[in-house]
Amino acid sequence: MNMDMSQYLDIFLVESGEHLENLNQKLVELEKNPGGLNILHEIFRSAHTLKGMSSTMGFEDMADLTHHMENVLEDLKEGILQVNTFTIDVLLKCLDRLQLMIDNIREGQPVNVDNSDLIDLLDHIKSGEPVEARLETVALAMPVSQVPDEVELPGAADWELNQFDLTMVEEALSRNMNVFSISILVDPGCMMKSVRAFMVFKALEEDGEIIKSEPAAQDLDEGRFNEGFQLLLVTSADERVIVSRLNAISEISIRQITRLDLNRYRHGSGVPAEKTVQRASAEDEPDGQSVPEINRTQRFRQTVRVDIEKLDNLMNLMGELVINKGRLEQIGDIQKLPELNETIEQIDRITTDLQSVVMKVRMVPIKQVFNRFPRMVRDLARELNKEIEFIIEGEETELDRTVIDEIGDPLVHLLRNAIDHGLEPPGKREKLGKPRKGMVKLSARHEGNNVFIEVTDDGQGIQVDKIRARAVEKGLVDAREAEQMSDEETIRLLFKPGFSTATNITDISGRGVGLDVVKNKIESLNGEVVVESRAGVGTTFQIRLPLTLAIIQALLVAVGDETYAIPLGSVDETTMLDREEIKMVQDQEVALLRGNILPLARLRQLLQVPGESGDQETTYVVVVRRADRQIGLVCDSLIGQQEVVIKSLGKLLTGISGLAGATILGDGKVALILDVGTLL
Amino acid sequence: MEMANGRAEVGAPDEIQVVTFKLGEEEYAVDILSVQEINKLLNITRVPKAQSYIEGVINLRGNVIPILNLYKRFGLGTQGHTDDARIIVLQHNDIRAGVIVDQVSEVSRLKTSEIEEASKIYSSINSELIQGVGKMNGRLVILLNLHNLLQV
Repeated sequence: MNMDMSQYLDIFLVESGEHLENLNQKLVELEKNPGGLNILHEIFRSAHTLKGMSSTMGFEDMADLTHHMENVLEDLKEGILQVNTFTIDVLLKCLDRLQLMIDNIREGQPVNVDNSDLIDLLDHIKSGEPVEARLETVALAMPVSQVPDEVELPGAADWELNQFDLTMVEEALSRNMNVFSISILVDPGCMMKSVRAFMVFKALEEDGEIIKSEPAAQDLDEGRFNEGFQLLLVTSADERVIVSRLNAISEISIRQITRLDLNRYRHGSGVPAEKTVQRASAEDEPDGQSVPEINRTQRFRQTVRVDIEKLDNLMNLMGELVINKGRLEQIGDIQKLPELNETIEQIDRITTDLQSVVMKVRMVPIKQVFNRFPRMVRDLARELNKEIEFIIEGEETELDRTVIDEIGDPLVHLLRNAIDHGLEPPGKREKLGKPRKGMVKLSARHEGNNVFIEVTDDGQGIQVDKIRARAVEKGLVDAREAEQMSDEETIRLLFKPGFSTATNITDISGRGVGLDVVKNKIESLNGEVVVESRAGVGTTFQIRLPLTLAIIQALLVAVGDETYAIPLGSVDETTMLDREEIKMVQDQEVALLRGNILPLARLRQLLQVPGESGDQETTYVVVVRRADRQIGLVCDSLIGQQEVVIKSLGKLLTGISGLAGATILGDGKVALILDVGTLL
Repeated sequence: MEMANGRAEVGAPDEIQVVTFKLGEEEYAVDILSVQEINKLLNITRVPKAQSYIEGVINLRGNVIPILNLYKRFGLGTQGHTDDARIIVLQHNDIRAGVIVDQVSEVSRLKTSEIEEASKIYSSINSELIQGVGKMNGRLVILLNLHNLLQV
C-alpha cells in the first residue's frame, strides 16, 4: 500500500465494514422481496462505493471481486437476470470473502486471496444473457488501466450527449428541474482526490442526480483524474444552493457553473441511435432512481467518528468528577457554609447534565447487533430445512456501547436455540395445524432504567419431561427430586452448567456450550435472563439489562466497620425489623413482610465481616430481588442512596462470587459493590 | 542473565537497579523498572472471600488496586504495621498491585553476577516467587519474581 494511504486505513476499515453489513442486510431483504428495485439500487450503490474505496486504497483483489459482483447486480437491476436463491447465495459468499479480506487488512496480513472461484461463479450467473448488454457493462471496466494524459478540461459546452441523456435532460426540464453543467477544480496538493470527488457527488446528489461526468464516475472514484472534473447535474435545487454546498467542501473550487443549453444538443451528433436505444431500454427507470437517492442521503447526518478509547476516557474522567463531587458534598455538610453549599448544588446540577450527555454519547442503537441476524437466521433456516419468518422489533433501542459489545454472543445462542430446538420442521408444523413458516421474533425495548431484549418463537415450547429426564441422566438431580420439581424449577435447570438438551448433536447448537454461558454473561452485565414457555405454543427468553454499566445508583449499607454498595436495580425496598419479628423456620431466619414470608440472610456472615454483631433491638433489612425470589439482606445500618462509579477489581481479584466490583466513596475509601445474583 | 534488556542500564549492562525493602528482619528487592510508586499506608478495604494473602484494595487516585500481604504469601507469621510501613505499587505486564512492606530501605545497584538463582537455595513453593538471592556488600537480598507473584 502507498504510504500516503495509511492514514485513511482506519476510515476505510470502518466504512467498508459498514458497507458489508448493509449489503448483507439488503441482500437478505432482496431475497424476500425480489422485485424491490429500491433495495437493488441501494445494494448496487453500496457495492459500487466498496469497489471504489478498495481500489483507491490499492486493494485490487477486493476491487476486482466487487467489480464482478457489481456486474451481476447491474444485470439484476436492469431486469436481465432474475433474483434467485442461488444468486443470493453466491453474492453472500462474496461478502464473506470480502469480510475475510478486510479482516486480513486489519490484522496487517497480506490480502492476497484467490477469488477466482467466486468470480467464476459470478460470471457463470451472468452468462447466457443478451450479449450486447453484457459487453457494455464489461467494457466499463476497461479504461481503468490507463490514466488519461490530457490535462485540459473540456469546456462547459463540450458534453457528448446521447439520445438517452437528452431524454433525461428534457424530462427533467419539463418537470421544472434545473440542469447544470458544473466544472470543479481540485487543489493540486489534495491527497485523496477521489474522496473530494465522492464528497462532491454526495453533496450534489442530496436533491438531484448526476447524469454524466467527465472523466467517468468510475475513474473519479478511483482518483484517476488530474486537476478537476466536470459534472452534468439534474437537480431540484437552485444555483445558489449548489454553490454554497460545494463551497463547504474543502480543497475544491468551482471553476464554472452554467445552465445547460439544450438547444445546442438537439441536433447534435451523439452516438448511433441503435445503441442508445438498447441502453435506454435497459435502464428504463430514471425516475425510480432519484427517489431512493434522497432516502439514502438523509442517512448521512452531520456526525463525527470518535475513537472508542476517547469515549472510555471521557467516561473515566466523568467518574472522577462524580467521585470528587461526592467529596465536596461531604465537606459542604461539615463546613455548613451557605455559599459553598450553593456552589456545590450548582456543580451537582452541571455534573448530572454532563453525565447524561456523556452517557448518551456512549449509547448506540442495538441495530448494530441485530443487523447481522437476518443473514444468520436465513443461513440456519436453509441448513436445517426450516421455514422461518424472522421479525425484528425495536432495533433503534439504545444501549451502552460496552453492553452492545457483549450482548451479541448470547443472542446468537438464544436465536440458534429457538431455531434448532424451538421450531418444528415445516411438515410437522402443518400436521399440528400451525403455519408452515415458524415465527422467530427478536425485540428490544426500554423500560425505566432497563432494556429488555426478547427472543420469542412459536415452536413446540420447552419439553419439561425431557429436561427432567436429561437432568437425571446427567446427574444434576436425582429421580425423586426431579419428580417433585415444578415446571418452573425444571426450566431453571436449563441454565445449569453441563446441561444441553439437543438429543442429536447438530452443527448449530448442542456443542457443549449451554445456556449457562448465556446466563453468566448476562449476569456479568448486571442483568438477568428469564424463560417463559408453553408447550406447543412457543418459548420466550427475556433478557433484562441495565442501561449502562459505568455509573449506577446504589444503596450504601454499613456492616460492622465496612461499607457496601447494593445496586439499586436489584433493591425492591428497605425495612426495619424488631428482634422479635425475626423467626426461625428450619434453621433459616425469616420475617413476615406484609403477609409474605421473606427469607433473611445476614450480610455479616455472608461477607465474613470481622467482629460480633451487637445485640440490636432493631435491624435494617434490604429486600432484594434475585430472579423471581425476594430475599432480605440484614445489615447494621443504611447509609443512603448514592451514585457510584463502578470500577473493576482487577485481574487478581476476578471471579469472587457476590462482588460486582468496587467503587470509590466521597471520603476516598473503596467500597465493594455487591452482586445480588451470585451473593447467595 | 539477560544482557539484551539492559538498555535501561546504559553503561552498566551487568547490573540492575533495585528497590530494597524489609519484611521483618529479611531484606527483599524488586527491579526498579517494575516499581510504579511508593505510598504511605492508605485505607485498605478488605475483600471478602479473596485469597488469604490479599489484604484488600486501595484507592490509588481513582484506581482500585489490590494489595498483597507478603507475610501471608510467604508464610512468615504476622505483620505488625509500624510507622515505617509503606505500600510499594508494582506493575508487571498489565497487572498492577501493591505490596505492604515494613520499611523501604534504599535504591541500589546489584551486579547480575552476584545473583544466585533461587532454585539452588529454596526448594519450597516460595522458590517460584523468588527470582534469586543477591549479594550486596555482604548483605543478602531476596529478589522477587514478579511474574509469578502477580499471577492470577
